Amino acid sequence: MSQTTQETAEDGDGRIASVSGPVVTASGLDARMNDVVYVGEEGLMGEVIEIEGDVTTVQVYEETSGVSPGEPVANTGEPLTVDLGPGMLDAIYDGVQRPLDVLEEKLGSAFLDRGVDAPGIDLEEEWEFHPEVEEGDTIEAGDVIGIVPETVTIDHKVLVPPDFEGGEVVEAHEGSFSVDDPVVELDTGESLTMHQEWPVREARPTVEKRSPRSPLVSGQRILDGLFPIAKGGTAAIPGPFGSGKTVTQHQLAKWADADIVIYVGCGERGNEMTEVIEDFPDLEDPTTGNALMDRTCLIANTSNMPVAARESCVYTGITIAEYYRDMGYDVALMADSTSRWAEAMREISSRLEEMPGEEGYPAYLAARLSQFYERAGLFDNLNGTEGSVSVIGAVSPPGGDFSEPVTQNTLRIVKTFWALDADLAERRHFPSINWNESYSLYRDQLDPWFEGEVSENWPERRQWAIDTLDEEAELQEIVQLVGKDALPDDQQLTLEVARYLREAYLQQNAFHPTDTYCSPQKTFAILGAIRAFNDEAFSALEAGVPVEEITDIEAVPRLNRIGVQEDWEEYVAELESTIESQLREKY
Amino acid sequence: MKEYETITEISGPLVFAEVDEPIGYDEIVEIKTANGETRRGQILESSDGLVAIQVFEGTSGIDRNASVSFTGETLKMPVTEDLLGRVMDGTGQPIDGGPEIVPDSRRDIVGAAINPVSREYPEEFIQTGVSAIDGMNTLVRGQKLPIFSGSGLPHNELALQVARQATVPEEEDGEDDEGTEFAVIFGAMGITQEEANEFMNDFERTGALERSVVFMNLADDPAVERTVTPRLALTTAEYLAFDKGYHVLVILTDMTNYCEALREIGAAREEVPGRRGYPGYMYTDLAQLYERAGRIEGREGSVTQIPILTMPGDDDTHPIPDLTGYITEGQIYVDRDLNSQGIQPPVNVLPSLSRLMDDGIGEGLTRADHADVSDQMYAAYAEGEDLRDLVNIVGREALSDRDNRYLDFADRFEAEFVDQGFDTNRSIDQSLGIGWDLLSTLPKEELNRIDEELIEQYYTDEDDQESEQEAGATAD
Repeated sequence: MSQTTQETAEDGDGRIASVSGPVVTASGLDARMNDVVYVGEEGLMGEVIEIEGDVTTVQVYEETSGVSPGEPVANTGEPLTVDLGPGMLDAIYDGVQRPLDVLEEKLGSAFLDRGVDAPGIDLEEEWEFHPEVEEGDTIEAGDVIGIVPETVTIDHKVLVPPDFEGGEVVEAHEGSFSVDDPVVELDTGESLTMHQEWPVREARPTVEKRSPRSPLVSGQRILDGLFPIAKGGTAAIPGPFGSGKTVTQHQLAKWADADIVIYVGCGERGNEMTEVIEDFPDLEDPTTGNALMDRTCLIANTSNMPVAARESCVYTGITIAEYYRDMGYDVALMADSTSRWAEAMREISSRLEEMPGEEGYPAYLAARLSQFYERAGLFDNLNGTEGSVSVIGAVSPPGGDFSEPVTQNTLRIVKTFWALDADLAERRHFPSINWNESYSLYRDQLDPWFEGEVSENWPERRQWAIDTLDEEAELQEIVQLVGKDALPDDQQLTLEVARYLREAYLQQNAFHPTDTYCSPQKTFAILGAIRAFNDEAFSALEAGVPVEEITDIEAVPRLNRIGVQEDWEEYVAELESTIESQLREKY
Repeated sequence: MKEYETITEISGPLVFAEVDEPIGYDEIVEIKTANGETRRGQILESSDGLVAIQVFEGTSGIDRNASVSFTGETLKMPVTEDLLGRVMDGTGQPIDGGPEIVPDSRRDIVGAAINPVSREYPEEFIQTGVSAIDGMNTLVRGQKLPIFSGSGLPHNELALQVARQATVPEEEDGEDDEGTEFAVIFGAMGITQEEANEFMNDFERTGALERSVVFMNLADDPAVERTVTPRLALTTAEYLAFDKGYHVLVILTDMTNYCEALREIGAAREEVPGRRGYPGYMYTDLAQLYERAGRIEGREGSVTQIPILTMPGDDDTHPIPDLTGYITEGQIYVDRDLNSQGIQPPVNVLPSLSRLMDDGIGEGLTRADHADVSDQMYAAYAEGEDLRDLVNIVGREALSDRDNRYLDFADRFEAEFVDQGFDTNRSIDQSLGIGWDLLSTLPKEELNRIDEELIEQYYTDEDDQESEQEAGATAD
């Protein structure tokens, strides 16, 4: 949150009337809805969430132990905003955009104390500014006025704020500046800096939202191959605990071919965030070869950090995402987990004694969820560029029951559904995404891209895999009753092929250095190898070879090893011909 | 300190009183009853002129004439290294007849969140000596790994076994043979006197009490007190770990009783209930306990948590295990079927999980084959389990040779790998050795999750297995 606005606070705006956990009421406070206020002697940051007569209700983003009635409440007169400018990549924030490393330094402690504030971007640090405009140019809202090399990977484009009127450039400065130094002067007497602010609960304006047409390639076979998400699309990953939500989110954050990744750890484990902080600087971005951290912004509001800041962290995340989208980048936002966000809403709502909706969640749950997901999409920006925000939300349904309100309301909005399955996780089938329940409504939209980039057989081969897996699901029901040997030979063979689909294609080892990322080409090749085995095996069966002999041939289990091969092209070619020759020997 | 005689309402564990000065939220209150008893409580809600007080020791005997005084500070725990070896009640008062505690420092029991930036990712293997944990669901220093159990199951024995045996194997030789031992903080919430005796006897028998701090809230102690006990325990743990450099193992039992106490307070305050009557903020509340585990960069010690909870009706979708599972880094299931088969400890590895396992094992930490072996055993045991249902219908003869091998694997896995008794301490090498014996009963081609080189190194042909097996199960 911006500390720059704090100075505008007027003295003695109000007094605390009551305190109950994160909810504080104040009297005599002259504030608008959603204004940021500073509560108590310690100046704890809070937000106005209800006004009734003289009584203003505030949700406080920090612990309120020891705060008593009568202490002052100061109004800033501004809604909750984020600081936007160079320096956000590589950073790690809490739910209201306070940089956690700066807090550590200011507090001199490993524990988060309260009443400490810090601006979201470093106001002192100097950046190399290269103007893109010159004297006499007319600039409007959204225009790029200059470039700042923010990290090795990303050029930060300095934009005219969307709510700025524009004007004619009188002078543009080249050189090193801090974010609040004027870099472009206008004929109106105003000047522009690299620093802007934006209220988190309001979407940044664009010209038009378009239909997405290229996939967010994730390097995960089951996602790219069967249930792809588009750049600018939305996806939900619901699953009970232990089913691999977080690993899937981490894999996406690591390997998705987005320009910028915003990772929102909303009410999750502290150690998981630490893992990201420790791992990402060492990992290579597969497209550029630079450190992954150079394109990543982390927002960590762990489960034991104040609940109100958890409510705001997804908004902080998506506002930063929109800002980079405005520069023309493809941004992917992972929110882990949206259920914790919904629970934060529920907690605040129940402290307000609002009439509860389903399962105690507030009645506005569905509206808030859809408002959030609608901020995703492929957009024509104000400055004529095209950028996208893809949103991938993890959902943690209580007891793994998908009929609960957060999952159901999310499914009504998102177009990709990756259903995690505890049964698969138990047998260590990872990623444990259930292929019978999951879906992607982007498939048809994205087929042209895959046909162009990988192979025109992509849709046909995918359909074959889906059909085989469907057939397996049906056959398994019979097998459960009578045993596998009671099935006719061709069905036994189908089961065998489906087993390889599961083991060699759908399973992927996130912890193996090679298997962790699988290009669409390799994904396609693995499926091709299984298909080749399938075709050869059925020819052999028709020629009278017993099914046991077909499934026993020595080369087939090697299908399971394609994923870990670095030189997979050679390996697949050699394997396909070995399987073919070994099978043909039989007849 | 001003005294008030202004109580307006008493309801369950709550007392409402009128005040004429501002009182801080969470502040500690003392209430004197007519017969001179003093009760302690905490401010749950503070507004102009009126406060709601939650009384720890119960409200019986309090009337509207009782006097209320406000201490002006939140609840603090006096901490010192001398706490080791002491036994306290659920509010932190010594009950072992020992000397008074001279605090080194007084810490707020709510505890601030550890800054994620300051944390160090846990990746030091803890050898618990239990194969089902070490081999399949490895515990690491700074992890929070709960035991999901049910009524009447031997979760306490398992917890005690872990507390007794847990060490971190030292890499360099020449240090003490035992590796590093843990200081054990034991927080009991609402357990019976008999259970408490079991724990105390075991601590005394093994000499573990010297390096333990015990907090006892028994079943007949006031329920509200239970909300404080784990916080006292964790405050002590954090002090010993991050100020004094101890590696601390915190055992909290039984979290179900803790959550019942939360529900009781919520109901008394007439809050809007969440699932099954538990308060909507239970996730946040539990997280504030469980997240107080971990390691901090640049500090010597660590806090590792093993909370125990009994799942009502053995149902892991019940809010208590459900919310716990979403916060903790995995869970260990104690299984009723395995228990009735006499398997000790009756750990069902299939639904169990350790999220921090992957980074705590492997070459240089445990052994290079650890991850692959555990993966393969999971897959094989799961397959065997599935086949058991089928066998009940069609019989063993109807199954293929491959299927029969998996069935045998599942049986032997339970009998040899999991069943080790509560007194056997196995090294990780022994556990993995037994694992390889079992895996060697399957054909090599079936071991598709293990690196080929490792198979060459460890896979034994059926003939020379018997002798190795004997060597694998050395008693404590």
